[in-house]
Amino acid sequence: MNILETESDRLLTAVRALLTGKGILTQEEISERIAVTDKGSPAQGARMVARAWTDPAFRARMLADGAAAAEEMGIMMRGLPPLGVLENTAKVHHLVVCTLCSCYPRGVLGYPPFWFKSAAYRARAVRDPRGLVGEWGTVIPDNVKLRVVDSTADYRWMVLPMRPAGTKGWTAEQLAAIVREGDMIGVTVPHA
Amino acid sequence: MLAPGQKVRVKLDWPETRGPCHIRTPHYLRGELGMVVRHLGNRPLYHIAFDLAGVWHEGESGDEILVELYEHWLEPA
Repeated sequence: MNILETESDRLLTAVRALLTGKGILTQEEISERIAVTDKGSPAQGARMVARAWTDPAFRARMLADGAAAAEEMGIMMRGLPPLGVLENTAKVHHLVVCTLCSCYPRGVLGYPPFWFKSAAYRARAVRDPRGLVGEWGTVIPDNVKLRVVDSTADYRWMVLPMRPAGTKGWTAEQLAAIVREGDMIGVTVPHA
Repeated sequence: MLAPGQKVRVKLDWPETRGPCHIRTPHYLRGELGMVVRHLGNRPLYHIAFDLAGVWHEGESGDEILVELYEHWLEPA
């Protein structure tokens, strides 16, 4: 089989031709959306986290409306679902899952990692979350509530992790460099 | 309009058995008891918290599951 000529590829070509042929979308609009989608990456979310750690007013805006805060940092959120931000504290740790499919805050984190879409992750996240994050080496202390957020409907969720010790005086750029994708899903926590 | 702190039960209903439909209410929460945390956005959509150990009848309580559910799936409890 020639992978350049799959059924899905022919279907995509046909749908694009219909959308442009009927004047529903232009070729430029399709290309623009592909470019916007490709810009989504964990580095964008990490920039937001680092700014929230260094700018209390931005942190408040980000917790109130994640999409508006992302737009403020130049991340295009138009046409995407609303973005909610979950703040980890000394009392509560958040873990994000989508048990029904693979809802993910793509505008700020890019494409989901392969395991996020796996049946095993989705099933275990809501039933044995402490055991699950333990496989990343993450230990949530017993006196910290673990709140599993199942993205089932309109919203997409990202975690605002706690700023790690040993980062006093760091610039936002230095801080952004230590924030990983898993820290914003909640399977890991950032370290200096 | 549901108020934060209100106890609700997710309807024990299976519309998917009556024909094709698109449902955003997970199977594992049907019939379960939860609490309204807050209204979300501008739709009849709420963040509902469930005791994780209570949902699965195992483990110790304390951890929770927070889920977006539409109002028509919720009954006062």
